[in-house]
Amino acid sequence: MKINYTQLMKAVIPTIRHCEVLGISTVEASAGKLKLAMPWKEDMLGDRDREIIHGGALTTLLDTTCGFASASALDPWGLAPTLDLRIDYMRPAEPRKTVYGFAEVYRKTTNVIFTRGIAFHEGEEDEPIAHCTATFMQLDKTASAGLEDWLRQFEVEEA
Amino acid sequence: MGTSLSALVEAQEYGSIDSLVAAIPYAELIGVEGMQLGSELIFKLPKNPDNIGNPSLPAIHGGVIGGFMEVVAMLEVLYETKVTTLPKVVDFSIDYIRAGRDQDTFARAEVVRRGRNVVNVSISAWQTSEDTPIANARAHFLIKPVSAVAARS
Repeated sequence: MKINYTQLMKAVIPTIRHCEVLGISTVEASAGKLKLAMPWKEDMLGDRDREIIHGGALTTLLDTTCGFASASALDPWGLAPTLDLRIDYMRPAEPRKTVYGFAEVYRKTTNVIFTRGIAFHEGEEDEPIAHCTATFMQLDKTASAGLEDWLRQFEVEEA
Repeated sequence: MGTSLSALVEAQEYGSIDSLVAAIPYAELIGVEGMQLGSELIFKLPKNPDNIGNPSLPAIHGGVIGGFMEVVAMLEVLYETKVTTLPKVVDFSIDYIRAGRDQDTFARAEVVRRGRNVVNVSISAWQTSEDTPIANARAHFLIKPVSAVAARS
């Protein structure tokens, strides 16, 4: 089944309560790749004086980005729980600027999906705020049983 | 409204964990609470529908568990090293061991090594029992040497 992953992610992200709290939204998605956006908000700061976003908000952005990049690398699409995640903080996010998360799957084995991602400001991909690697567990296919009907709405014609 | 810095000084002088937590907006957003048991700090993340990441289980968002543990690590560093500037997180690594159910979560951190500029911290989070953690993590923070801080006052 060929899927419009951007449409699918635009339907999925609003169902995740904590992503709504942080204002996370979908920019674009394809098989094994995902870009999300997170606006600067005063209540997600770690350093109030310098107006710097807390690492925890970036962790949620990157876990979500890497996790759903993994989901879209599976056929059929399906949720993959996080095994582990490591974040290197390269520099503070700038005050009042939207942070983007981008992730890609760089290796998929029978059981495990390896991803890497960055958090960055638009146009500054070469100087990311944070770099992340995360691994996800591939559940057996019965876990995504029942999703077929729901997935069909995002199906597109094979070219 | 106190700045982060004055809250830090107050918390360290009067031992008030609540004012430390209140100095970090993100900690308040997810609902972190601190408890002091003797000389030890234990932190609680109360059950909160706003922290859900998987609506079907339901389970706490893995990012919230990570964020909670990072908050706990930073507060432990502040409390233990008595530095009066916010430690800067360098890196953070987390292993997810069990799904975080929609219930109260607890965490504690331990400073493994305090160097001149860098502190290594290990953090554990659990729900039903500390013996069955839902996640373990480690982090590095940069701190300003106390001598540099002393010059401030």
